[in-house]
Amino acid sequence: MALYSEKVMDHFRNPRNVGVIEDADGVGEAGNPVCGDIMKIYLKIDNDIITDVKFETFGCGSAIASSSMATELIKGKPISEAASLTNKAVTEALDGLPAHKLHCSVLAEEAIKLALKDYFDKNGIEYDKNEFPDEPHCAHCGEGSCDT
Amino acid sequence: MIYADNAATTKMSRTAIEAMLPYMDELYGNPSSLYSFGQQAKEALESARERVASCLGCEPREITFTSGGSEADNQAIFSAARQGEKKGKKHIISTAFEHHAVLHTLDKLKKQGFEITLLDVHKNGIVTAEQVADAIREDTCLVTIMFANNEIGTIQPIEEIGKVCREKGVLFHTDAVQAAGHLHINVKEQNIDMLSLSAHKFHGPKGIGVLYAKRGVILDNVINGGAQERGKRAGTENIPAIMGLAAALEEATKNIDETAAKLTKLRDRLIEGLDKIPYGELNGDRTSRLPSNVNFCFEGIEGESLLLLLDDKGVCASSGSACTSGSLDPSHVLLAIGRPHEVAHGSLRLSLGEETTEADVDYLIDAVTEVVTYLRNMSPFWRDLVNGKRQHVFAE
Repeated sequence: MALYSEKVMDHFRNPRNVGVIEDADGVGEAGNPVCGDIMKIYLKIDNDIITDVKFETFGCGSAIASSSMATELIKGKPISEAASLTNKAVTEALDGLPAHKLHCSVLAEEAIKLALKDYFDKNGIEYDKNEFPDEPHCAHCGEGSCDT
Repeated sequence: MIYADNAATTKMSRTAIEAMLPYMDELYGNPSSLYSFGQQAKEALESARERVASCLGCEPREITFTSGGSEADNQAIFSAARQGEKKGKKHIISTAFEHHAVLHTLDKLKKQGFEITLLDVHKNGIVTAEQVADAIREDTCLVTIMFANNEIGTIQPIEEIGKVCREKGVLFHTDAVQAAGHLHINVKEQNIDMLSLSAHKFHGPKGIGVLYAKRGVILDNVINGGAQERGKRAGTENIPAIMGLAAALEEATKNIDETAAKLTKLRDRLIEGLDKIPYGELNGDRTSRLPSNVNFCFEGIEGESLLLLLDDKGVCASSGSACTSGSLDPSHVLLAIGRPHEVAHGSLRLSLGEETTEADVDYLIDAVTEVVTYLRNMSPFWRDLVNGKRQHVFAE
């Protein structure tokens, strides 16, 4: 049995939406180098629609695949839909991840939330602070941040 | 396919396979049986023991066959601890970068009230005999230090450490799993009291190993039961595997200098090639290392994705990243030589073998360079390093 599903390997080998948006409307970064994974999401937003999304990831195969899948799931969608994207949805779209790799999908969800929060902050849009925390718990080690 | 993971396991040699076949086929007797058919197996077993002993420079009776390196490590350490305990000596010295077969056994003893000193292995991955001498106390019952490290391949000054232990009257065990069949071993000349080895690291079969214990060292059983192996390791002997082990060790020992010379040349070519990748660094001492071992850390990338992409290019390799270790932390070996977490995640071990060619090495250099560059280009961590938002650990 292979370590990852075919879908994970496909997104890992041929990641969608890799890159940077220089004039992004919102940028979010989750994870840290100490834990071994960082995801950065760039959003272009027009009329509450995510018109473009790019990602950069430092991490393992499932981290890269999770980022790629997450960007596909929110591209062209309204902000509200992107905001409610769960790690579970990312995992399911990838046909599952090994148990010890689930945190990778959590990172994808967090990076998107942070990018949206950045967009809200920049544009003075009100949002629920509980839903968009300043610093999400490190999905890896469970601490607020293990970058110490 | 380029198999560059010989430190994980090796391809069995033809000689080892041929040596095993008769004992899986017609000569299946149990060496403990009285009749001559069983005694034929017994003779084979004892001849294998003699041949192994001659490769290590010891007496046949000092050889115990085990299920592998891990069992041998467990038995050696527990035995020394039990003997020490009887004399009120409950201090053990080891290093921070031992194999888990040693470290986890020591953890267990720690819970039983033993005090464990783990010596620093420095940036170059080598412990010194002086450190050992300084750490030995009145109540030290064992020093256990590996012959060569399994991840970064650094070779320890075993003979000198053994000498220090002899002088101070402390038992000395070495986990020689990576060294046996690759480096010259003579337990008498190198002052070794106990030594562990495993056949599948030198082209023998898996699931078989050896514990050498000097005459006079009292062994405690890990496996209890019948009187096999002079009562020190119960269970019907795995004769086919033992025959394979003996044949493989003899063959490797006979060719040791020739193989080392060939591999050292390939290793250095590989190191030179990978050294050209900016912001990467060799892990462990450049020269006091196994002829087969190359281990690098590359900034800005993570090891598992590196391995997966190398796999796509037909390369079998390994990494000390947390993702591949299945734990939160990257390799304890890389942390022990002072690599920060973020760099240790980007490690790559390539371990060469007798079948590796110069063309393979050149292919490896190209493949690794290409994959590292590709992964860096999508890494926000790398971008931060390039933009100066984060500090580089290595020089360019």
